[in-house]
Amino acid sequence: MNLNELSILSLYSAMAVYALAFIAFSFDLARRSAAVTNGAPGEALREAAGTDSDASGTATGHAGARAGASAGETTTLTRISARIANDASTPYGRSPSLRVGVALTVLAWLLQLIADVLRGIAAGRVPWANMYEFAMTGTLLIVTVFLVVLTRVDLRFLGTFVTGMVLVLLGVAALRFYVEVAPLPPALQSVWLVIHVFVASLATGFFALGVALSTVQLMQFRRQAFLATGRTGPLRFLATLPSAATLENLAYRVNVIGFILWTFTLMAGSIWAERAWGRYWGWDTKEVWTFIIWTLYAGYIHARATRGWRGSRSAWLAIIGFAAVMFNFGIVNVFFKGLHSYSGL
Amino acid sequence: MSRPSDHYDSPAPLSDGAINQPALGPVGWLRWVWRQLTSMRTALFLLLLLAIAAVPGSLVPQRSADPNGVTQYFANNPTLAPALDKIQAFDVYSSAWFSAIYLLLFISLIGCVIPRTKHHFQALRAKPPRTPARLARLAGFTSRTAPAGANAQAAVTTARGLLRKGGYRVALFESGPEFSVSAERGYLRETGNLLFHFALVGILITVGFGGGFGFGGQRVLVEGQTFVNTLLAYDSFNPGRFFDDATLEPYKLTLNDFTVAYEMRNLKAYGQPVDYSAGVSVTRRGQAVDTGQVKVNVPMKAGNTNIYLLGNGYAPSVTVKNPAGVVVFTDPIPFLPQDANLTSLGVVKVPDGLAQQVGMIGFFYPTQAKAVSGAYYSSFPDLQYPVLTLNVYAGDLGLNDGVPTSVYSLKTDKMTQLTGGKTGVKSIELKPGESQALPGGLGSVTFDDATPGAKPGDFSGSVRRFASFDIRQDPTQAWVMSFAVLAVLGLLVSLLVPRRRLWVKAVEGEDGSLRLEYAGLARGEDPALEAAVTSLADRHAALLLTRQSADPALDPIRLLP
Ligand code: HEM
Repeated sequence: MNLNELSILSLYSAMAVYALAFIAFSFDLARRSAAVTNGAPGEALREAAGTDSDASGTATGHAGARAGASAGETTTLTRISARIANDASTPYGRSPSLRVGVALTVLAWLLQLIADVLRGIAAGRVPWANMYEFAMTGTLLIVTVFLVVLTRVDLRFLGTFVTGMVLVLLGVAALRFYVEVAPLPPALQSVWLVIHVFVASLATGFFALGVALSTVQLMQFRRQAFLATGRTGPLRFLATLPSAATLENLAYRVNVIGFILWTFTLMAGSIWAERAWGRYWGWDTKEVWTFIIWTLYAGYIHARATRGWRGSRSAWLAIIGFAAVMFNFGIVNVFFKGLHSYSGL
Repeated sequence: MSRPSDHYDSPAPLSDGAINQPALGPVGWLRWVWRQLTSMRTALFLLLLLAIAAVPGSLVPQRSADPNGVTQYFANNPTLAPALDKIQAFDVYSSAWFSAIYLLLFISLIGCVIPRTKHHFQALRAKPPRTPARLARLAGFTSRTAPAGANAQAAVTTARGLLRKGGYRVALFESGPEFSVSAERGYLRETGNLLFHFALVGILITVGFGGGFGFGGQRVLVEGQTFVNTLLAYDSFNPGRFFDDATLEPYKLTLNDFTVAYEMRNLKAYGQPVDYSAGVSVTRRGQAVDTGQVKVNVPMKAGNTNIYLLGNGYAPSVTVKNPAGVVVFTDPIPFLPQDANLTSLGVVKVPDGLAQQVGMIGFFYPTQAKAVSGAYYSSFPDLQYPVLTLNVYAGDLGLNDGVPTSVYSLKTDKMTQLTGGKTGVKSIELKPGESQALPGGLGSVTFDDATPGAKPGDFSGSVRRFASFDIRQDPTQAWVMSFAVLAVLGLLVSLLVPRRRLWVKAVEGEDGSLRLEYAGLARGEDPALEAAVTSLADRHAALLLTRQSADPALDPIRLLP
């Protein structure tokens, strides 16, 4: 068995373990729902009361507090910077399935890391020079960002989302994008391949976590709106998750880091384009989409600073931005004509 | 805050409608329009519009990036294409509508940033604001009891020292029995934000205007050929709007050799090129010859231009003689590669010296192979069994019509086909060094061998290669780069430096004890605010304690008269 075959074996094992992690995380979500259902009878009422201040927190953020407004808003402000575990309306105790999920994710991550490194050694270069390879490295970075952030903030509830997405992407990569190990064609022999593509993948890792948070934020917001009208919505496990305002702030932090990295991606890409094609910018299809993504996320950052656009609207922008990232990777690379013909397919 | 009025951190409007109503004459109305244009909402709207407007250019080929694609698109969609052309769909990024969006965006940007800059300069010189009356309502509020005997004023002065060392701008306040210090830091955040937006304007201006001072030109060179950097020597030349031909430095560029390395070990990628390398010499007037390599991703500097390697292929050399054996044509002809194994297509035009004008459409196979159907193809990109086939046409080449013709295509509508196709005459088929008679007694054609003395069967040097170079001059690149670096720096600073206010207040109780209060306020995203307040409180209390115990002489009480 050569190194590439070992790499494939390791990758498939990683996928199997990710699948198990996904199941464990799903169990956890189910347990959360159960925990909420069995909660104290007064729960819904208490939550409904909390909803108001959350909603106003979303709308006014820090500004409300600065304007010296009511105590309710100040509480929101304090909460934002507090550890998010304190923020859920239904406290949720220790969960064995959650810990199993994280442990399995770490294991799968290790297997994927091995797969990635072996592929690199087999090819004698960085393992991100065609679609198959950068799907592998990109998803590895998504999980890496997730695990690193976990050491600072408890976002384990995103486990299903992250492992699910990584599984789908790896599945597509292994089945549709697989190519044999090949040397780098002259067009890709550049340090900028190493830098540009790596930073782009890392940015994608942050954007992926951001879109997960924004999605949960929207679900949470809907639930809070339901509660405000005295009803209980579906997806009861949401009660054990942080409030929409907290999720929004977390998403913002993650997306902003992604944006900085993406800005760098854009610049490094321009420098490389100058070296390779004699011009730093030529509106090649891939350049166009990198620009579109950058502009969308700049829009997202502005939305967060625009009255009336904080909250759900900016969350939608983050989701659209990530959809463009995926489109750029999965569709533009494969189907659009341009100078960047490196999908290897 | 001189931010747009709909910035979330600006005071809320008193009531909607009443304030936005342009009830004042033309000046008031203009002012209203200006305020709308420079609002956050407009900036956001224009940004999103710009993103959407950029999409069509990736769906339809663009003249700037892919002119052949546009021609092809017109051929494939004869009715749709002209309609799309009317709305500038093939020139999206220089179209009126795309330009309108980004120009509006940048007007908005400038209109937004200038008042903010003015305001920021004032803020930089202003004192931090008064300490709020009740700190307990603010973020991270915490209180400590000062060591017995501590004095309010001295404790606050100590806190001021701590804050100042931490990069805060500080001001002391006193109201009745309360002493407090108000501190603010992170002005750099706004500075970074402004720097970022200004740098964007810089990029736009240098790209928009500066780009006009350069040029780009293409030239194909066969191994051994030389080119002199003058306007007429280019195969195609695209000057910027303000480009002055006189700035072309007439250096000489010679392609000495072009080497290609192929993957020969990895069977899964067998024959894949792994290196292209053009060995060139550049001679500048009055200077020594400068030899070097131009590679993909590694351009070479020559004078104020850069030389880039864009493409390459084979240039079989063809000689045509008239029936008397006199050479009427001899030249290496660049053939355009059609596939990965370099099956290449080229055209030979012989306008003079034969009974009729002759044109030949040729296929070149570096390693010829025969499919089951009998068709030829190339099975390897290097020269292992090179074969040239030619289909001969005689008649009018159309060179005198005044319409420029491509050297890579042959217009056959006024010509008669003499070999191949339906003529029943076999196409001409040559290996290096071989000759064959042209049909109709027109003369003969030879496929010249570039290394006639080579061992039989060794074709490795038999056909020369060509390289196509892009030569460019762009005097604004360094400017764009500098602005881009400034933009990134500004962005890093503005997104990562927290802007915050901290307050320390000392309140003397009735019993003579001293209570110290600490609180903060984030200006923008600041996840570490509470930790900062707590850490300040801890360090401050510790400092008070050590000062007191370490040196009684420094006891704040004793220091006071
Ligand atoms: C080319 C168009 C623009 C781009 C690409 C852009 C991009 C950005 C980015 C990336 C940020 C966040 C980084 C930072 O704080 O420095 C930002 C912030 C900001 N931009 Fe822009 N911007 C543009 C135009 C405008 C315009 C027209 C306005 C004014 C109406 C504006 C006002 C602001 C403000 C006030 C902030 C600070 C947001 C905050 O307080 O968090 N920008 N912009």
